[in-house]
Amino acid sequence: MQEFAVILVSSILINNYVLVQFLGLCPFMGVSNKLESAIGMAAATTFVLTLTAMASYVVNALVLEPLGLIYLRTIAFILVIAAVVQFTKMFIEKTSPLLYRVLGVFLPLITTNCAVLGVALQNTSKDLNFAQSSLYGFGAGAGFSLVLIFFSAMRERLAAADVPVSFRGAAIAMITAGLMSLAFMGFSGLV
Amino acid sequence: MIKTWVTPGGVHPPENKHQSVTQGIGHLPIPEKLVIPLSQHIGAAAIPCVEVGQTVLKGQVIAKPAGVVSIPMHAPTSGTISAIEHRPIAHSSGMLAPCIEITSDGADNWIEHEGISDYEHISPAKLLEMVGNAGITGMGGAGFPSAVKLNPGRQRPIDTLIINATECEPYITADDSAIRERAEEIVEGIKILSAILDHPHNIMIGIEDNKPEAIEALAPHVDGTGISVVVFPTKYPSGGEKQLIYILTGKELPSGKLPADIGMVCINIGTTYAIKRAIIDGEPLVSRVTTVTGDAVGIQRNYDTLIGTPVSHLLTHNEYDEQAGGRVVMGGPMMGFTLPSAEVPIVKTTNCILAPSYAEIPDDEPAQPCIRCGMCAEACPASLLPQQLFWYAQAEDHERLEAHNLFDCIECGACSYVCPSNIPLVQYYRAAKGEIRHAREEKVKADHARERFEFHKQRIEQAEREKEEKRAARREAALKAKANPPAAKSETKSEAKPSSSAADIIAAAQARAAAKQASPEDQQAKLERTIAAAEQRLKVAEEKLAEAIESNSDKQAVLSAAVENTRQKLEQSKTKLAELQA
Amino acid sequence: MIELISQNPILAALAALVGLAIVFGALLGFAAEKFKVEGDPIVEQIDELLPQTQCGQCGFPGCRPYAESIANGDEINKCPPGGQSTINAIASLLDVPAPELDAEHGEESDVKTVAYIREDECIGCTKCIQACPVDAIMGAAKFMHTVITDECTGCDLCVEPCPVDCIDMLPVVETIADWRWSIPPKPGLIATDKRGELANQPVEEDAA
Repeated sequence: MQEFAVILVSSILINNYVLVQFLGLCPFMGVSNKLESAIGMAAATTFVLTLTAMASYVVNALVLEPLGLIYLRTIAFILVIAAVVQFTKMFIEKTSPLLYRVLGVFLPLITTNCAVLGVALQNTSKDLNFAQSSLYGFGAGAGFSLVLIFFSAMRERLAAADVPVSFRGAAIAMITAGLMSLAFMGFSGLV
Repeated sequence: MIKTWVTPGGVHPPENKHQSVTQGIGHLPIPEKLVIPLSQHIGAAAIPCVEVGQTVLKGQVIAKPAGVVSIPMHAPTSGTISAIEHRPIAHSSGMLAPCIEITSDGADNWIEHEGISDYEHISPAKLLEMVGNAGITGMGGAGFPSAVKLNPGRQRPIDTLIINATECEPYITADDSAIRERAEEIVEGIKILSAILDHPHNIMIGIEDNKPEAIEALAPHVDGTGISVVVFPTKYPSGGEKQLIYILTGKELPSGKLPADIGMVCINIGTTYAIKRAIIDGEPLVSRVTTVTGDAVGIQRNYDTLIGTPVSHLLTHNEYDEQAGGRVVMGGPMMGFTLPSAEVPIVKTTNCILAPSYAEIPDDEPAQPCIRCGMCAEACPASLLPQQLFWYAQAEDHERLEAHNLFDCIECGACSYVCPSNIPLVQYYRAAKGEIRHAREEKVKADHARERFEFHKQRIEQAEREKEEKRAARREAALKAKANPPAAKSETKSEAKPSSSAADIIAAAQARAAAKQASPEDQQAKLERTIAAAEQRLKVAEEKLAEAIESNSDKQAVLSAAVENTRQKLEQSKTKLAELQA
Repeated sequence: MIELISQNPILAALAALVGLAIVFGALLGFAAEKFKVEGDPIVEQIDELLPQTQCGQCGFPGCRPYAESIANGDEINKCPPGGQSTINAIASLLDVPAPELDAEHGEESDVKTVAYIREDECIGCTKCIQACPVDAIMGAAKFMHTVITDECTGCDLCVEPCPVDCIDMLPVVETIADWRWSIPPKPGLIATDKRGELANQPVEEDAA
């Protein structure tokens, strides 16, 4: 039990994939304009991350390692991720066409989200079992969601605020992200 | 001590009420002209039922209600109707509205009127009819027709009646003076309300603790009646309906709902008095207590003012010094508005005319940027987020405004009062509400237009289809007619008389056309008329074309085509005439 | 079998990848069937935001065709009757930036107009009745034509076809019921904005 708590705290806060490890910045910046689309993206990415962690563990344990094909990890994981993302895309298109339209090109771009590949590869380097890998994947997704939602809430307020002309748009967003990152660095050494 | 609750937020502006209660309620001389706006209430404007030049008596109906949510207007004094036209009224836009002007004859003669003393044995419906006929609306400021408010319907039984004697706004003492002098009549009015509402279990008069004299005046009359006088600490804005309900009962009125939905009715104490006068004395609403106050007037006092009295009349009789103050406010300093001019009339909802001196209420300081201090959120009695509403109102983000419950704002002004940057927050909310309402109306119109367009398309398609079918049927019938010899046709005709076949119609039409061809004189006359009309049209079209060429407009192509068309038609008619004459 | 694979690493790699591809491909194929989507409900949502004047100023014969075109990626700034607020609403729906109204398609006018037929000059030709997209003109051949003002959307499609040019577009008079508060001017300036776009506005200087 304690182990699970440690894994979750570690992946959500201490080693937050976006603000501490600086992975997955593309959707972080791109889909955070509105809160609704951010929530949708967060849900989609968490779904992808969890499934990917599980699937990549299985592929690694049952195919790659027994056959000594460890050097194929990267490409095999990309294959897994691409399939999972495609499945997610079809699922979202069916259940929420508006979200599908809103996420637009960022949905298939989850394939190239380095956080997803990062989770899959990091899990293999840590020698974890299936449950631990899945939890890491889920925690990574939860951390990504947390930060994305916070950031989009702030961006919405910034959009309505009196930002000086030269800072409007991406500039103030980057500065905000930097400040958030500083805050999250404060978690290091917690566990 | 009856338990009271404390509302969130609120502010404590200086009360400034002592200036206007040194004397009792006064009476002013009748003004020469009174102007009665036809819309002094929420709902449809009343419709005049008198004519210019007609003499009327005090209390006579001069305008009838238009629909259910509407009230009649009565002549506040006897005199002659001198005008029914648009006049300036007390509205922030400064625009005119339809009004009836009465020139008083000074006699102040009442029309024959009679009340009933035994209201307990009259049906609530009849009592409500009397209240409606007396033209009574909410006199606390909202102006909702009382007969409608007191009729919640059978699905909503009322168990709590709240009489609003709070008068939380600074400077205003109209209700306070009224209670001090008319406590007995007011309690009678409350009993009438209780009869109308089928005797609710709980009847409370909510009053702030800054009115000890009024509380004392009420005490002997409520003794033993089951009516409780509930005193609570003074705070602005406790007099708002939602706030008062919470203070007295601890119940929160859900957003978008009416008090009747939770079994409560809240009536202003001035309205209660008016209802008593209507039922017991048979008098329609023709006057109300108005406070005249502020350091720019020499005399600060409450007056029993006739509805329709020009504000200038009140000011002159109170030694108004125009140089001392920059403006005249109708209402209090928090929720009132500056009058565009003093030549506007008092209406049924006017509780105060405030003429502050420059020292008392200085001019607005310029607004500075919001520093996000959050004091507005601390002051808001509706637990809203004024700072967020301000930013979203500036950004015109309607979605976010509605998500932050913009329409629950009661526009009390507590947030603007505390803002250290002097930002006129309530103006932003009013503007935003107006924009959102306008957008909603536009949406309704657009949806309606879409429906009509869809129907239009359908209609055209249907007409096309029917034409096609008729064409096909006619073609078939023509082919059949060619194939069958005429003799056989007459047999089938007599058999199939009821359902006239397409062939019959064609034959009949041909016969008609042949008959028409008969008279050459008619034909010639017709052609000559056509030619004359065509020549006229050609002239007009050519003139238009010349104009268009001169001004080099884009309509040139269209117009020259039209000219050509007309010319061709003219030629055709001329040839036909020539043929005929030949 | 395992021997073969462990001795031929390249074969092993190929087999592994192809195997994985087949497995996932099958899964995806199954999912594609299960999650099939018909039609495009986004067009409905865009159409809801358009003002429905059916005026054709956007270049399309009505609002719905334009909505369909937007769903296919067309520019969203072609509707003058909708104005900037419609552009903003569509931009917010599709999560794209909101451009200015394209002047090529017309200008946004603050004043709403409705058509008015000068009855003295009307010849009863029904050309305007046929042109009106919302059937707001009452009349028949050789009978007087009148515009039903409540239904008229101000699209002015009826003005062109009239052969005697007797239709005027009159502005709708605002009454006290239509009056709205206007937003107060922006409070103060931030010091750095005094240069640039806001430099031309008058600034209230403090007495100090």
